[in-house]
Amino acid sequence: MLRTHKLGEADRIITMLSRRHGKIRAVAKGVRRTSSRFGSRLEPFMVVDVQLYEGRSLDTITQAESLAGYGAAIVADYSAYTAASVMVETADRLSEAESSVQQYLLLVGALRSLARAEHPSDLARDSYLLRALSLAGWAPSFDDCARCGAPGPHDHVVVQLGGAVCPDCAPPGSPVLDAGTRELLVALLRGDWDRAEASDDRVRSRAGGIVSAYTNWHLDRGLRSMSHVESERTTP
Amino acid sequence: MYEGIVQDLIDEFSRLPGIGPKSAQRIAFHIVQTENLDVTRLAELLATVRENIKFCRICGNVSEQETCGICRDPRRDSTIICVVEESKDVAAIERTREFRGLYHVLGGAISPIDGIGPDDLSIQPLMQRLADASVTEVILATDPNLEGEATATYLTRLLTTLEIRVSRLASGLPVGGDLEYADEVTLGRAFEGRTTLR
Repeated sequence: MLRTHKLGEADRIITMLSRRHGKIRAVAKGVRRTSSRFGSRLEPFMVVDVQLYEGRSLDTITQAESLAGYGAAIVADYSAYTAASVMVETADRLSEAESSVQQYLLLVGALRSLARAEHPSDLARDSYLLRALSLAGWAPSFDDCARCGAPGPHDHVVVQLGGAVCPDCAPPGSPVLDAGTRELLVALLRGDWDRAEASDDRVRSRAGGIVSAYTNWHLDRGLRSMSHVESERTTP
Repeated sequence: MYEGIVQDLIDEFSRLPGIGPKSAQRIAFHIVQTENLDVTRLAELLATVRENIKFCRICGNVSEQETCGICRDPRRDSTIICVVEESKDVAAIERTREFRGLYHVLGGAISPIDGIGPDDLSIQPLMQRLADASVTEVILATDPNLEGEATATYLTRLLTTLEIRVSRLASGLPVGGDLEYADEVTLGRAFEGRTTLR
């Protein structure tokens, strides 16, 4: 379940990412009533088995069985909630055109990891974003030059060019990529959690800024949920 | 499509929440065709509501005056504040006749994906109310859905710095239903929040 919108008196439009059929939007009737038998299963961050009645513009959900519920554990930790919101919004945007089993599995794995608090939520979020964008065909390069392929490591990063760039390709005034941040970005992209978790807060914040800029650049419109993550980062 | 003002009326009704084109057409023709309908009273009432209704400067509930009837009532227990998302939640709780404290209406719930963060809600005015040491308990009565729970989590974290009891409305089985029909999430919550009888 990616997100929900209120519809009419007691209905909801549910946006889902399916394993085989890509993104699906369907109406769930009466789920906002306390008497609804499957309203709780159709909340964001739930993994469900649904039966749909095909409609002209929107399908209608006739049955829902939960396979895994990550919502309760995620909302109990506010930073995990904001991270999960970024993940589902990204999945929603990346899945607009086509279906991808890998995108589905990546999202489910990331939500499960957040619910179980396996890794710090900011690292889980940034790793998910880099890997989801890679699956969508926008894999960044933080080692070799993203433009000419010159072997790295390189000291500048330009998100518009695809990541780290060599001195010949770096436009004047390009932001500098320090060794610690580069190492963390590579670890997040590969899912090397031991190395990623060894980083300090300043390095994570710098890497988070680069991942955020990289994501917003490729998704055309910025993610609405991302600004709330950033304000959350500054909340004591 | 109808001519002129009839279509204008249908279009205006269609803009209201929960009213689709068919319902809008039905209401419009009810107004046009019903002989004894007091349309002037309805029109005046709509205008009066728009002019006179404001939000209580203390709790954010809808009110005809600067402060709402609940905030003005000296018989209400001012040591307990019940935090809700919308004014309609105040009406729902008042129907129970169980709660005699005051309210605070947040104006929604935190939903980052919809662009709604803590700064978009009436959280700062709540913190200002709680600075007054007379408040001893805050009841978080946000909706029992994901956004409501996340808002309650955020508020709980903010309120831990204050020496105030923070409670959350119980979740569980609806009265009058059969246990076998309860979904696993609700039933799980009912087990978590079970009460001791002996």
